[in-house]
Amino acid sequence: MVVGERKPFDEIKKTLEGHKKVLVLGCGGCVTVCLTGGHDAVQVLSSQLRMARDNEGSPLEIIEKTVERQCDPEYVEEVAALIPEVDAVLSMACGAGVQFMAERYTTTPLYPALNTTFVGGSVKEGYYVERCQTCGECKLAYTGGICPIARCSKSLLNGPCGGSTKGKCEIDPEVPCGWQLIVDRLEALGQMDRYEEINMACDWRTNRDGGPRKMIREDFQR
Amino acid sequence: MADFEPVIVAFCCHYCAYGAADLAGSMRLEYPPNIRVIRLPCTGKVTPRFLLRAFEKGADGVYVAGCLEGDCHFMHGNLVAKPRVNYTKKLIQEVGLEPERLEMFNMSAAMGPRFAEVAREFTERIRELGPSPLSKKTKAPQEEAA
Amino acid sequence: MSGECKTDSRLEKILKSGQFAVTGECGPPRGADPEVIRKKCALLKSKADAFNITDNQTSVVRMSSISSAVVMMQEGLEPVMQMVCRDRNRIAIQSDILGGAALGIKNMLCLSGDHQKFGDHPQAKNVFDLDSIQLIRTVRTMRDEGKFMGGDDIKGAPKLFIGAAENPFADPFAIRVPRLAKKVAAGVEFIQTQCIFNLDKFKEWMKGVVDRGLHEKVYILGGVTPFKSLGMARYMASKVPGMDVPDHLIQRMKDTPKEKQAEEGIKIAVEIIQELKQVPGVAGVHIMAIEWEEKVGEIAEMAGLLPRPAV
Repeated sequence: MVVGERKPFDEIKKTLEGHKKVLVLGCGGCVTVCLTGGHDAVQVLSSQLRMARDNEGSPLEIIEKTVERQCDPEYVEEVAALIPEVDAVLSMACGAGVQFMAERYTTTPLYPALNTTFVGGSVKEGYYVERCQTCGECKLAYTGGICPIARCSKSLLNGPCGGSTKGKCEIDPEVPCGWQLIVDRLEALGQMDRYEEINMACDWRTNRDGGPRKMIREDFQR
Repeated sequence: MADFEPVIVAFCCHYCAYGAADLAGSMRLEYPPNIRVIRLPCTGKVTPRFLLRAFEKGADGVYVAGCLEGDCHFMHGNLVAKPRVNYTKKLIQEVGLEPERLEMFNMSAAMGPRFAEVAREFTERIRELGPSPLSKKTKAPQEEAA
Repeated sequence: MSGECKTDSRLEKILKSGQFAVTGECGPPRGADPEVIRKKCALLKSKADAFNITDNQTSVVRMSSISSAVVMMQEGLEPVMQMVCRDRNRIAIQSDILGGAALGIKNMLCLSGDHQKFGDHPQAKNVFDLDSIQLIRTVRTMRDEGKFMGGDDIKGAPKLFIGAAENPFADPFAIRVPRLAKKVAAGVEFIQTQCIFNLDKFKEWMKGVVDRGLHEKVYILGGVTPFKSLGMARYMASKVPGMDVPDHLIQRMKDTPKEKQAEEGIKIAVEIIQELKQVPGVAGVHIMAIEWEEKVGEIAEMAGLLPRPAV
């Protein structure tokens, strides 16, 4: 899933300065799963904003709403009737959702409530970790199912570097060395011969370096 | 400030604190009338939005009273509530409320006197903090209007 | 491995002639004053065959490796230009290789680079377009095949003697020899190792290297660093990732009175060099006297490595 983290409250509050009525719009997708942008998160943030603004003597009226996903035009359309009622929208979606909203509602100020942080998963409730950097050319088949780009701090394709100590990365003793994980897994799979194959330099055109990307399913085009 | 009577919401677990409140009553123990008890099946039901909503609706103080640690009727509901209460303390602080206005207590159904003691102590704490900065601003015009 | 030299590198000539090589190190200044390098050069001159010029080591901004190397050449010393993958993409890397060679640099050391977290600009975006092994392959292809990574021909290939670093003490130990094999397969010609304090572990690694015959394909220079003090020994033991300092060395520094610790540190370094000379497959030493350049000559002298041969 795409993991997002709520921006500091003061930063959110500052972006809404001067507005009197806003739509706080949650997203039912990834950010609901990671507990930062769904129905509950909308209620918590709205409650906080109302109290903070009351406290400052400039009350803020809020419409609370959560749509299925903000990264789909159909769902973004659902709030069309609410937009004329508010003078700004605070989106609790990831960066993609915020932009789908901005593209659809061109004359309404749109603010993000989250920092979109990474593509990952939850190791337990409320604990999320990064696993993919969306490089656009998956190498997991050659590295024992562990990504050197996402999990090595230097994204080395032929690691580990000399900073790997007792299974941990040099940047932080809490961070596992990605290449230690790869080697352990290759050993477990009996594929250590793969380790000595030199992984050639990446073709980063499939990554963001090739410009904004798109994916088109031809059978869905009319 | 001396005549300030705080509004306090106590989220009480059915299996412990709520029973303790009942026992306190049967024992004719006095505790301040400021406490509004809301019964929950378990404090594990508490979420930040419950707690925030109480403050938003005008509470000067809020506390959650669950079973003694290790004695939750649903295994670990009270241990779920504890970090949520701590997290919500930060949320109310961001809004401008003192984190001391929110607390979590643990007690068993047999602890009637403890229930009364917590109610007295917490009411005293909130009395000292004074009215919620929110209730000062939001309630006053309402009263005028009324 | 012997045979024709592929470059005009003095270091390559010494290694190919079978003589025990000595390299040193020179950290560029944090400013634009070339005199700092000239002063260091005066201390280092003729104390070793070539000298590494670090490339923003520990991710702290310093004068560039290429320009510092040029200053060093003006003083008559042979530099080894270090290059890290942290700060440049493949376009800048290849461009700097051409530039370095054009200015007369004859040796290059290919490194991944420390993570910027450790430096003075932890906010920086790192590059790591290539890693050290891919960098080795890149320079080798540029030199021997006269081709850029993209496949185009180079007009005037850069003649650089190609080195890399290897840390025999980092984990997982099991892949430390295989990783060297990858570097050899990528085309590396000499290796400077991480500072050696744990000789037993180093010998174990070297045995693996010799068993695979890698020492016949690459020259291995053992890294040696003198302790300036007990504090430095302790710091290297506990704070530097991938460093292995055995307790008995710490104890030996501890048992030495403070005013004699520097002397003792040098003695230890000399003993390690003497031992390294006996280890099969070791072709030389790389003396890293960190901000202590004046001691390189003393260490080389005590270890019987001076005078350096003329080639």
